[in-house]
Amino acid sequence: MGRILLPREDVRILSTAAVGGYEEKRGPLGAIFDYTAEDDRFGQKSFELAEAEMARMALSFALGKGDITLPDLLFSGDLQNQCVASSNGPASVGAPFIGLFGACSTMAEGLGMATLALSGCGAVTAAVVTSSHNAAAERQFRTPLEYGAQRTPTAQWTATAAGAAVLAKGVGRGVRISAFLPGRVVDAEITDAANMGAAMAPSAADTLLAYFGESGERAEDFDLILTGDLGQEGSVILGMLLAEKLPDITLRHKDCGCLLYDIEKEDVHAGGSGCGCIASVLSGHIIPAMERGEYRRILAIGTGALMNPASLQQGGSIAGVAHLIRLEMDI
Amino acid sequence: MSEFLSYLYAFLVGGAFCAVAQLLLDKTRMTPARILVLYVVAGVFLYAIGVYGPLLDFAGEGASLPLTGFGAVVGKGVQEAIDEEGALGILTGPLTAAAGGITAALVFGYLAALLFKGKPKRL
Amino acid sequence: MNKKEYKKLTERRAGRSPVFSNTLAAYLVGGSICLFGEALRRLYLLLGAVEEDSFLLVTVSVIFLSVLATGLGVFDTVARVAGAGTLVPVSGFANAVSSPALDLVAEGPVLGVGAGIFKVAGPVLLFSVLAGSLYGLLYFLFGVAF
Repeated sequence: MGRILLPREDVRILSTAAVGGYEEKRGPLGAIFDYTAEDDRFGQKSFELAEAEMARMALSFALGKGDITLPDLLFSGDLQNQCVASSNGPASVGAPFIGLFGACSTMAEGLGMATLALSGCGAVTAAVVTSSHNAAAERQFRTPLEYGAQRTPTAQWTATAAGAAVLAKGVGRGVRISAFLPGRVVDAEITDAANMGAAMAPSAADTLLAYFGESGERAEDFDLILTGDLGQEGSVILGMLLAEKLPDITLRHKDCGCLLYDIEKEDVHAGGSGCGCIASVLSGHIIPAMERGEYRRILAIGTGALMNPASLQQGGSIAGVAHLIRLEMDI
Repeated sequence: MSEFLSYLYAFLVGGAFCAVAQLLLDKTRMTPARILVLYVVAGVFLYAIGVYGPLLDFAGEGASLPLTGFGAVVGKGVQEAIDEEGALGILTGPLTAAAGGITAALVFGYLAALLFKGKPKRL
Repeated sequence: MNKKEYKKLTERRAGRSPVFSNTLAAYLVGGSICLFGEALRRLYLLLGAVEEDSFLLVTVSVIFLSVLATGLGVFDTVARVAGAGTLVPVSGFANAVSSPALDLVAEGPVLGVGAGIFKVAGPVLLFSVLAGSLYGLLYFLFGVAF
């Protein structure tokens, strides 16, 4: 069996929403957010709860736009230990909850899994929501918020953002998820937690080579090949890894981590990262743009770096995984 | 020495300790925590071999404020404790010498936690 | 390319920190903190402090100011540029103790702040005590420093 999974039913994106924080509002894509919080707290007493609330809001907005009260299935994940932002936030809508962990690739993983689920059983609607919060992630993975550390040029900035999408079967309109290629975990033995781009690029290359190798398509067959958060560094490395077999990939490639923030003007170093990065850019920017007819066929590759604080301290390497979904807008 | 010179030496020596650490940070894969541990242990060592004492006289706070100075304070405290109490000084010396700084950091740190709220990072 | 080549490539690319400007910034900020400390020490001596105590007084003062800066959210902004310039002086230690304390308030005073206050500074404390007692043992046994 090939790795490209084709859904047996027509699954469409009914509606989407994106919620963000202070820096996200100030970035180049500030206008795509349905709501942003000035203080990143979303009225909560901890940043962890703030992330849960942010994800809940994104889901709520998306459901409202799609005129759905309760989806048949809810796929959700985040970066917090045991994905509590998802279980504390979006899960409160009361839908059957399927928790996911793919680190920063979770949105693509969720969209793919939701499509497969709708294709394979009687469920008609499914919601997918993921989030990340800079403060919560820094505290968990790196250092206390006020700690005076210096960031290296390859370091990325975890986005405080959430993205939600409501999928439906048999509606006949909207962006279609026409294929899902789940990634393989690729461990290039990178141990530098400040260089996620290098850790994830090999898995993105593996997924892209598998897709193009199997489908026989070429880069020009797509309007956009979007990666989640390889950042500037990871994007360059991806180009190097694919130089031989997919040289024209760079012509169509953009990275959400480089779109969400202004690399030149802001101190993001290599760009944005976190589940919320691809989630918000895809939900708030790309999918609406497809609905307006700006893009017809795109590949979205969520890239995730798989590690935890203990594995890092033990000198373990950071493996990567990259899930690909194909989005098409019929005109 | 003249006042001006003591300020100059404090600046030059203190800056040098920091610059060396920065080079270690940027050029090697040493993490900040490991560099600080290296400095503090080096401070004990340099005091033990009789180098840090004169350095303190020469550079004042330029030698005292860097973390090597903390190590030297511990070294000095241990030595004095042993001179006064004998072998027990091995156990009582280190923490007693460092007591002032540690207590201050803990007390002020805890007060700060009561008074201030951690703010999210900004670009 | 194989894993080894990949690792080398990524490390070579990653080692492109602006070393010169970082080192200069560290030198200037660190030197200034020590200069400030020295001026403060002379002030304390003028105010009647004994030479012995003057060093501790400065250490405590710098700790106080660093904790204040940490609480106000200013320390990390300076540290971003200064790097080792704020890390190496005792200001770094003060920041390393106060920053987790601020973070862990939501987890309560005992299990949060209490358990975590040494999360970052712990190694410095442990190894200074270890080095100190080792030196103490040698000093006691051989009577002379090394």
